[in-house]
Amino acid sequence: MAFLTDRKRASGLGSAKSGTEHHWKMMVTAVALVPLVIAFIFTFGAILGSPYEEVVAYYQRPVPAIIAGLTLLVGFVHFRGGVQTLIEDYLHGFARKATLIGMICLSYAAAAAGVFAVLRLAL
Amino acid sequence: MADVNRGNRPLSPHLTIYRPQLTSMTSIFTRLTGNALIVAALMIVWWFVAAAAGPAAFATANGFVTSWFGDLVMFLSVWAVWYHLCFGVRHLIWDSGHMLDVKRSETYAQAAILVSVLLTIFTVIVA
Repeated sequence: MAFLTDRKRASGLGSAKSGTEHHWKMMVTAVALVPLVIAFIFTFGAILGSPYEEVVAYYQRPVPAIIAGLTLLVGFVHFRGGVQTLIEDYLHGFARKATLIGMICLSYAAAAAGVFAVLRLAL
Repeated sequence: MADVNRGNRPLSPHLTIYRPQLTSMTSIFTRLTGNALIVAALMIVWWFVAAAAGPAAFATANGFVTSWFGDLVMFLSVWAVWYHLCFGVRHLIWDSGHMLDVKRSETYAQAAILVSVLLTIFTVIVA
C-alpha cells in the first residue's frame, strides 16, 4: 500500500495542470475582441482599397489607429492561445514542440510588426 | 484508496462513430475559422507594414490584398471572423453555465449561422 493521497496522485497529470490560466486568458481576450473586431471590420473595411495618401491620413486619426493597434495585438495573443490548443490536440513529440514554438514566435512577431506599423502611421 | 483502478476504464467512442450533429460541426468550424484567420491577419499586417514603409511598398501589398485572390481571402475571412465571433460568444455563454442543453444549443447554432451570413452580406455592402 502506498501512502499517496488522491490529490497527490492527480496533481500535475491530466487536466490538473495549467489549463485554467490558459482558458482564462482565452476568455479575457475573447471578450475584448468582440467590440474590437466589430470596430476593426468597419474601420479597416472603410479604408481598404483607398489610395496611399488617404490610408496614411486615415490612420493618423486616433480612433482608427487605436482600434487597429489593439485588434492586432489582442487578436494575435488570442490566436497564440487558440493555435496552441490546435497543435496540442493533433501533433505529438518533436513536431508538436517545433510547431508550437514556430507559431508562438509568428504570433508575437506579427503582433509587434502590426503595432509598430500602426504607431508609425499614426505618429 | 489511492491505488485503485488506474487503467481499464471505459473509453468514450470517438468522432468517427457518430452521425455529425449541428453542435459538434459548429464547434469544429469555430476552431477551423479561428485558425484559418491567420491568413487574412498576416495579409493585414503586411498591408499595415507596407503602408508605414512608404508608397512603393504600399502599392505592392495593396495590389495583392485587393487582387481577386486577396478579395477572395478577405471575403471568406469576413464570414470566418463573424462566424468565429458568433460561436465564440456561445462558448462564453456556455462557460457561464447557461444554455448547456442540446435543444437551445442547436437553436443558437442555427441562429448564429444565419446571423454570420447576414453580417457578412452587410459587411460586403457597407465596406
